[in-house]
Amino acid sequence: MGIEANVPANSLFLSSRAKRRTCSSPSSREAADSSSFALLGMTRISFKRGTQLILLTLAVVTLLGAGDESARVNDLGHRMMCVCGCNQILLECNHVGCAYSERMRGELIAAVDRGDNDDLTLQGFVQKYGTTVMAAPTKTGFNRVAWIMPYLVLVLGLTMVTLIVRAWRSRPLVLPAGAVAAVHGAELEHFRDQARKDTEI
Amino acid sequence: MSQIGSFALLLGLALCAYSFLAGLLALVIKGPGSGRLGETARRAGIASFAIVFLAAVVLVVAAFQNDFSIAYIFHHSNRDLPAPYKFATLWSGQEGSLLFWALLLSAYGLVLRLRYKTDVRLFAYASVIIAAVQVFFLLLLNFAANPFGVMQGSLPADGNGLNPLLQYPEMVIHPPMLYLGYVGFTVPFAFALAALIMRYPGEKWIQITRRWTMVTWGFLTCGVFLGAHWAYSVLGWGGYWGWDPVENASLMPWLTGTAFLHSVMMQEKRGMLKTWNMWLIFSTFMLSIFGTFLTRSGVVSSVHAFAQSSIGDWFVAFLAIIFATCLFFYVKNRSHLRSEHKLESLISRESSFLFNNLLLLVACFTVLWGTLFPVLSEWVQGTKVTVGPPFFNRVNVPVALLLLLLTAVGPLLAWRRTSIESLKRNFLWPAIGALLTGVLLVALGMRPWKDVSYFYSLMTIMLSVLVALTVISEFVRGGRVIGRHSGQNLFASMVQLAHRNTRRYGGYIVHFGVIVIMIGFAGSVFNQDKEQEMGFGDKMTIGPYTLVCQSYTQDDNPNYGSEWAVMNVFKGGKQITTLNPERRFYKASQQTSTMVANRSTPQEDLYVVYEGQNPETGKPIIKVHLNPLVMWIWIGVWIIIAGTVVALIPNAAPVRVPAPARMRAEPVGVGD
Repeated sequence: MGIEANVPANSLFLSSRAKRRTCSSPSSREAADSSSFALLGMTRISFKRGTQLILLTLAVVTLLGAGDESARVNDLGHRMMCVCGCNQILLECNHVGCAYSERMRGELIAAVDRGDNDDLTLQGFVQKYGTTVMAAPTKTGFNRVAWIMPYLVLVLGLTMVTLIVRAWRSRPLVLPAGAVAAVHGAELEHFRDQARKDTEI
Repeated sequence: MSQIGSFALLLGLALCAYSFLAGLLALVIKGPGSGRLGETARRAGIASFAIVFLAAVVLVVAAFQNDFSIAYIFHHSNRDLPAPYKFATLWSGQEGSLLFWALLLSAYGLVLRLRYKTDVRLFAYASVIIAAVQVFFLLLLNFAANPFGVMQGSLPADGNGLNPLLQYPEMVIHPPMLYLGYVGFTVPFAFALAALIMRYPGEKWIQITRRWTMVTWGFLTCGVFLGAHWAYSVLGWGGYWGWDPVENASLMPWLTGTAFLHSVMMQEKRGMLKTWNMWLIFSTFMLSIFGTFLTRSGVVSSVHAFAQSSIGDWFVAFLAIIFATCLFFYVKNRSHLRSEHKLESLISRESSFLFNNLLLLVACFTVLWGTLFPVLSEWVQGTKVTVGPPFFNRVNVPVALLLLLLTAVGPLLAWRRTSIESLKRNFLWPAIGALLTGVLLVALGMRPWKDVSYFYSLMTIMLSVLVALTVISEFVRGGRVIGRHSGQNLFASMVQLAHRNTRRYGGYIVHFGVIVIMIGFAGSVFNQDKEQEMGFGDKMTIGPYTLVCQSYTQDDNPNYGSEWAVMNVFKGGKQITTLNPERRFYKASQQTSTMVANRSTPQEDLYVVYEGQNPETGKPIIKVHLNPLVMWIWIGVWIIIAGTVVALIPNAAPVRVPAPARMRAEPVGVGD
């Protein structure tokens, strides 16, 4: 039986998460785009409306910036892992009682608010939490091998298959002696069987 | 209880060891008594099933009787655990799941040993190989991971309970499905190795194992996607696949198994790729064992893995023995695997299978490489790196797109060679349909040039349409011809067509299921999420939906206490449903878990998670995900299951026609 209650005083399920920003990246990105289109449409207006244009431009730039920040938090947050051991992407970590993700998200938002560029922000996290904070290997040093190998295997595989196909095609067809002669009986049945196999899946 | 279980395991080991040794001797020593010795080995193998089954029953009964003197029951059950989960205790921990492995293996062995009359000698070899694998698992159960170990000291009043994440209905069926897949690959492996050892003439062993392989593949497919659905419904992060090492472990044998199912047709029909197929099935089995090793050794960190233990060394040794055995017999008997035919044209079914295999193996290598790279990195540069979703998505998505393209083109190619004109004729309309779909999507607002993920999404949908149209055209073309001769309507004709060659048309249905799943994946590019503290009457808008918090409710039962939100959902100003995202606090394990509230429609999932309360404001935090097209993934899985079942149905008996008439007859449903 369920018991109707107001927000419970004895919180069974206290989350360690404090206040979080509402983050809905696709919609804010759309807003930024539509603002840019609006800006392009305003380029041929008269001088009288110059003040309005400046104000509008300022508003657009501000909105664009806000959208960018939200998108950047979203992008960077998906390029890092939560380091609590839950093995989840930072922005997707919903690990109950996680001691890290809330703090890390706060630090990410603060870095983006400060205007740190992506590299600086990520470096800051690597210095603080170690290399395992990055969700994918960097493209430097030995880590490059991680990215190169799959493509290398694909290229090698394609080359091998092509060579095999060529070798097979150039292999001479060995005809049994008297193959041109008419075949009968069991031999004919054998060829019929092969023909049936060739035309089936 | 524990003594009965331990004794059963010991007896099971003795029976399997006897089955292996006596079976081996009977095959090696060709004396007058070898037949009788072989028969005793077969019967010992059959008896091993009964004994391992007894051990499993003892463990389940112990769980139901709350016998906490057994350490495994203490750690994975408690008095108030509901009955289905008590049953699931069998596979919820390290030792129990190994017992479950051994049980399924002995069950597969039982079926194989009962059907030995199909080919006595081949089955005898396969039975010995299966007995060897059984011996390994029973050694493990007796000496490294005994599920019947007893508690030391005073008897505890209650158990620790089952992990809350596992207390979900799907967890009662997901592991058995996955294990049926993993373990099932032992059978085709055993037949392949047996055929190699005895230089088995012809391809009969492939025909014998075809059903085993397909059934196993079907189980593994179900297991993988049930796991994805469980992750989506329980973990509450809004996704279904996180490229976790345990997920990867199940994907790798699936990829090589899929490659085997395709390339084995080349061996059956053309006597080609014999060495390749042999190693493909060897690799699939070894990857199944490797996956079991990954989840149990603690070599990679994973959210799903069992506790770290020393049994990893056992698996490494076992893998080394398997590899050495396979390599030895391959080197010894490789002359037996020479190809009977040559490839005649690059534009042929054979070459499409070659490229299909290449892409599937590259995908498998990528998954393996990404899973193990953290270990390699630590070894080489002293620091561990993380290889997560950004890596896997970036590398595997282009490979998957190429595979989709091959899925569209492959069925249009005939064996041996296909003329360009024929390819053009069959490919033209599906290609136009795919292009028009792309144009339509761009006109509707999809912008592939904005971001590579949008480009991938568009390509996925276009290629899926291409595959769908080629599959449909194959059915319609064949159905029309049958309809002309029989006078049946198109649907009845298509059913008859499928019945004439169930393997081929069942395969097409599986392909159709795959593209439905791919469309579901393509929708993930448009996922949105929003998180907000919500008190009474607070609103949150996401996409076309507005959620209004109505109230919060609590409940309590002996197993867990729960708290859930009552959220009214509005669309276009009209209330469409009420959702109840929930959090549970499990008393025995003292752990919390989420129960997602999901309104799933073909268009999108409205996925609501109750994340807890902000300790500062006391307000509940609600996270909402709007995930387009997810339902299609689950629909696609059902289609794949249907296709697999169709492919397993025997073909309708061929119609006998006199030879001259046969020469004139158009081959419908049995050829290209």
